[in-house]
Amino acid sequence: MGIANFEEYKDVFVVADTIDDVVHPVTIELIGQARHIAKEVGQLVQVMLLGENVQEQAQELVAYGADIVHVFESPFLKHYSTDGYTKVLTDFFKDHKPNVLLIGATNNGRDLAPRISGRMQNGVVADCTILTVDTEEGLVEWTRPALGGNILAEIISPNHRPQMGSVRPNVFKKPERNDAAWGRIQIEPVNLTAADIRTKRIDFIPFSSVSYNIQEADIIVAGGRGMGSKENFDKLYELADAIGGVVGATRPLVEKGWIELPYQIGQTGKTVSPKLYIAFGISGAIQHVSGISGSDTIVAINNDPTAEIFQHANYGIVGDCMDVLNDMLGHLK
Amino acid sequence: MELLVCIKQVPDTSEIKLDPETNNLIRTGLPSIVNPYDMHALEAALSVKDQIPDSRVSVISMGPPQAEEALRQCLARGADDAWLITDRAFGGADTLATSYTIASAIRHVERTMNRTFEMIFCGKQAIDGDTAQVGPQIAEELGIAQATYACEISVDEISRTVLVKREHESGYELMEAPLPLLITATSELNEPRVPSLWHSIAAKRYTIGHITLRDMPHIDESRIGLGGSPTRVRKVYQPPLRGKVDMLSSVEEGSKKILELAYHVKPEKFAHLLVPSDEPVVEAEDYDGVDVSNPVVRAAAVDSVVPKEIRAVQPNTFAAEAAKQSTDAQGGER
Repeated sequence: MGIANFEEYKDVFVVADTIDDVVHPVTIELIGQARHIAKEVGQLVQVMLLGENVQEQAQELVAYGADIVHVFESPFLKHYSTDGYTKVLTDFFKDHKPNVLLIGATNNGRDLAPRISGRMQNGVVADCTILTVDTEEGLVEWTRPALGGNILAEIISPNHRPQMGSVRPNVFKKPERNDAAWGRIQIEPVNLTAADIRTKRIDFIPFSSVSYNIQEADIIVAGGRGMGSKENFDKLYELADAIGGVVGATRPLVEKGWIELPYQIGQTGKTVSPKLYIAFGISGAIQHVSGISGSDTIVAINNDPTAEIFQHANYGIVGDCMDVLNDMLGHLK
Repeated sequence: MELLVCIKQVPDTSEIKLDPETNNLIRTGLPSIVNPYDMHALEAALSVKDQIPDSRVSVISMGPPQAEEALRQCLARGADDAWLITDRAFGGADTLATSYTIASAIRHVERTMNRTFEMIFCGKQAIDGDTAQVGPQIAEELGIAQATYACEISVDEISRTVLVKREHESGYELMEAPLPLLITATSELNEPRVPSLWHSIAAKRYTIGHITLRDMPHIDESRIGLGGSPTRVRKVYQPPLRGKVDMLSSVEEGSKKILELAYHVKPEKFAHLLVPSDEPVVEAEDYDGVDVSNPVVRAAAVDSVVPKEIRAVQPNTFAAEAAKQSTDAQGGER
């Protein structure tokens, strides 16, 4: 395999992540990274915006750094579907060949990216957390955690185009908004029929208590198995309330049903990057730690002085997490 | 119904060894398990078999010969057949080359055994690579629909559709998908069963068929193994650790530190603890090393004062109090 003529493959493309016609914040993070890559290789940033009624959000994407936004509107694109998105995107890429293609590593993005790679027979790197450019060879260096976050692997796709990767949400900072930025918003034809989409959305059941997004929290108060009981764990909400934080948890606590899935932090849950992360009774399994490594400051409280979490914390307290919690609550009353 | 489960044997350890030449993980010599999500995929297939009579569960894996052990664990839980895709030529494959090889082997089994797999189950991702790509890439190669991140499924044999509850960041999507279908399983999907005695005995005696390059004459050799992989691992390294941890000596000190850190992030949340003061309280700054101009530190530092009282205390009174204590503390040194 391999492609002889790379000259045809131009520009850095971003697939906007939309949920029911609303652009997901990861899209802005992707545009920021796309700008950076585009600058290094001297190319443009183009965004693929799919939905039923998304046109008015295109200007917003331009303000964050898109040079061209291709808008694809169709009632069949109102909800994400593997078949619909794959067809529209790969059809378009037959004529507009991307050099680089970025997709958000949300559940939908991780459903889509491998499907596109299968159809276009190009390489795809999953869930990247560091993006750099080898300017000599003009290659994107995709870096991603593997083995539950124990190692980082830098991966390139030297002989295939588009160079493609999914990018983990909430890892990269959003670029500055610039209202003076200008770009082209291009309405594209959509060649899609009901028969093209084999699956059918029946319903969407939102999580009951998503009143806040843990990925946007400045302070996270997180509990692990060391909390001992649900009653103890629930006290974290008092602290979170008092200091303006959000409660999160490790996977075992979500599995026990103490807290809902959207608040699970770690490799199989959310990646978070708060200014302050307070870990109560968390042992520090690598699967959890890999989801918090972007935090500015980590404080860990654990009664086991050898707990792994202390290797990853800025401050450590060896002691009963309930003692510390109660002491803090006492001061805050 | 013909059901197929794709599984992967993965290392069950945080001890990592790398091949210095290829930079690929050395998968031998490490304790191995079946990828935990794949066990949920297997359980899903076995449940469908329990529900629909005359169903058969086949299991397939790609890996070195020792991955037979992983397949036997599936047989011991009730899988009917197992195949291992194994050949040096398949080694070093990335997700695209791996999925092409597995899809080719699936076609090979379908043809030779005269079976048509109507449901293919994979784990949502493997715990070693964490890519979540091979499942969807197999579905694409086979040209069938996919339902990823499944946490509940119900198969309707009459209408030949599957109702799938899929996990999203913000909720659950209920989706209807036609057969044939590839499903990737989350751990919410089910509770994997334990091996049964009868199946364990059968699993020990079962001869696992190997599928090698030679068995698949139609395979495109430019799409397999390291050479057929569009991506290249350029380097592998350990993520840098945070700077050395600062261990705080007591619960009180720790609690104080956390409040201080929280104060710097969200000072507005501490407004109600602030003592109204126009002048900085400088006199007591060196009191026990506590910066009393910072209300949080002050609140956390003064244990004897009931928090409610802190608000009532006038700045000068507090400063005087602190200064007095400070003098007292220094008294002994004189």
